[in-house]
Amino acid sequence: MIHFVLHEAKDTVAVAVVEGIKAGAELTAWIMDDDKQISIRALQDIPIGHKIALKDMAVGETIYKYGTDIGKVVAPIKAGEHAHVHNIKTKRW
Amino acid sequence: MSVISNATTFWGYRRKNGRVGVRNHVIILPVDDLSNAAAEAVAHNIKGTLAIPHPYGRLQFGADLALHFRTLIGTGCNPNVAAVVVIGIEDGWTKRVVDGIAASNKPVVGFGIEGHGDHETIMRASKAAREFLQDASEIHREECKISELWISTKCGESDTTSGCGANPTVGNAFDKLYEVGSTLVFGETSEITGGEKVVAARCRTPKVAEDFMAMFNRYQDMINRHKTDDLSESQPTKGNIAGGLTTIEEKAMGNIQKIGKKCLVDGVLDKAEVPTGPGLWFMDSSSAAAEMVTLCAASGFAVHFFPTGQGNVIGNPILPVIKICANPRTVRTMSEHIDVDSTGLLQRDMVLDQVGDKLLEVMLRTANGRLTAAEALGHREFVLTRLYESA
Repeated sequence: MIHFVLHEAKDTVAVAVVEGIKAGAELTAWIMDDDKQISIRALQDIPIGHKIALKDMAVGETIYKYGTDIGKVVAPIKAGEHAHVHNIKTKRW
Repeated sequence: MSVISNATTFWGYRRKNGRVGVRNHVIILPVDDLSNAAAEAVAHNIKGTLAIPHPYGRLQFGADLALHFRTLIGTGCNPNVAAVVVIGIEDGWTKRVVDGIAASNKPVVGFGIEGHGDHETIMRASKAAREFLQDASEIHREECKISELWISTKCGESDTTSGCGANPTVGNAFDKLYEVGSTLVFGETSEITGGEKVVAARCRTPKVAEDFMAMFNRYQDMINRHKTDDLSESQPTKGNIAGGLTTIEEKAMGNIQKIGKKCLVDGVLDKAEVPTGPGLWFMDSSSAAAEMVTLCAASGFAVHFFPTGQGNVIGNPILPVIKICANPRTVRTMSEHIDVDSTGLLQRDMVLDQVGDKLLEVMLRTANGRLTAAEALGHREFVLTRLYESA
């Protein structure tokens, strides 16, 4: 089963595509563009559709998804943590 | 091999101006808010006609008024419409809408309420509507080329599964439709924020890229003029955020998966403007679902692809809206709204080419007459875009 998908190997976050992902679980992520699979461990529960961080990131770092800049880190994030509006913000507007 | 090729045909309604529709509606179109009651009464009298009520049309001026007329006239001219009864509070603007629709050579007649009252107007308009409906019921579908089908797209209540599942499904279908010479449109100007360079790079010529960027920058200026925060909860919406989308850049990159990987942007359109040839067009437009889909219908599009993540339930009175979803929870909890389930893509049970073909199959069935979920559920959202306050 695929638990997470990411678009490109460069991406620093992946999307949960199944329900009920719990903290501590060892999970499979699929890199769509490369058709490769990697393993990640969730440090927190991740709701379906929400993102998991794939590496530790400091405040000010750029988040990559689709191989593209999609915003900046505003609170430190550890690999495996839930990455969303509480720790990421837009660089626009 | 894809389910469509240059030889693919569907059964459509060929109109006198050459355009091909997939529905055969007789609509009762109010020019303004005051005429809704009469329009709805006519549709009540003459079963099978469809009133399209809306809240505007009074004291508008300038570009906003021009857009109002363009949207109403475009709706009447849409090939999914067989005939139109127009009702306005007075004769002048009613005639303007009637004359605009008459240019498409379809049956159209208008009635002004002033000097007659609702009762007499409803009676006269009902007589015309009854004739139009009976005449329309004798129009037969005929075999039409796939290149004659115009398809629009706009996504709504997106989440992250939209960007990796439902929107690429549309993108795959668009790439295939582009190759057979269909006319296609996408838009949602604010929702390209963060992906504008990707879209500009996909424009066929530097001039098209320049026109696109001018529309993009104008919209950014408007947002910057009016914003009171970073638009979080408006764009992305509260529903987008609940679904896991975090920033406008992320949402934009998901949004533009709808234009596939191969097709080029051949030109740009103002709101409710009619494309002048086949290819992929960008329409400067709001990202609000009903506003954008209404504009697509007014531009003459006959079928709409609407990917959703969290489950937007939108429909349109005259434009069949096909919903595509890759979120397994939404497909489970809101199945009555979903026409194409593309969840298989995210579990690698299906590849992109397969889900793209699955959508094209549903598109052909819809074009041949099968009702979409939104049509069966009675979703008829018709929302006019306003540019500024009335006088």
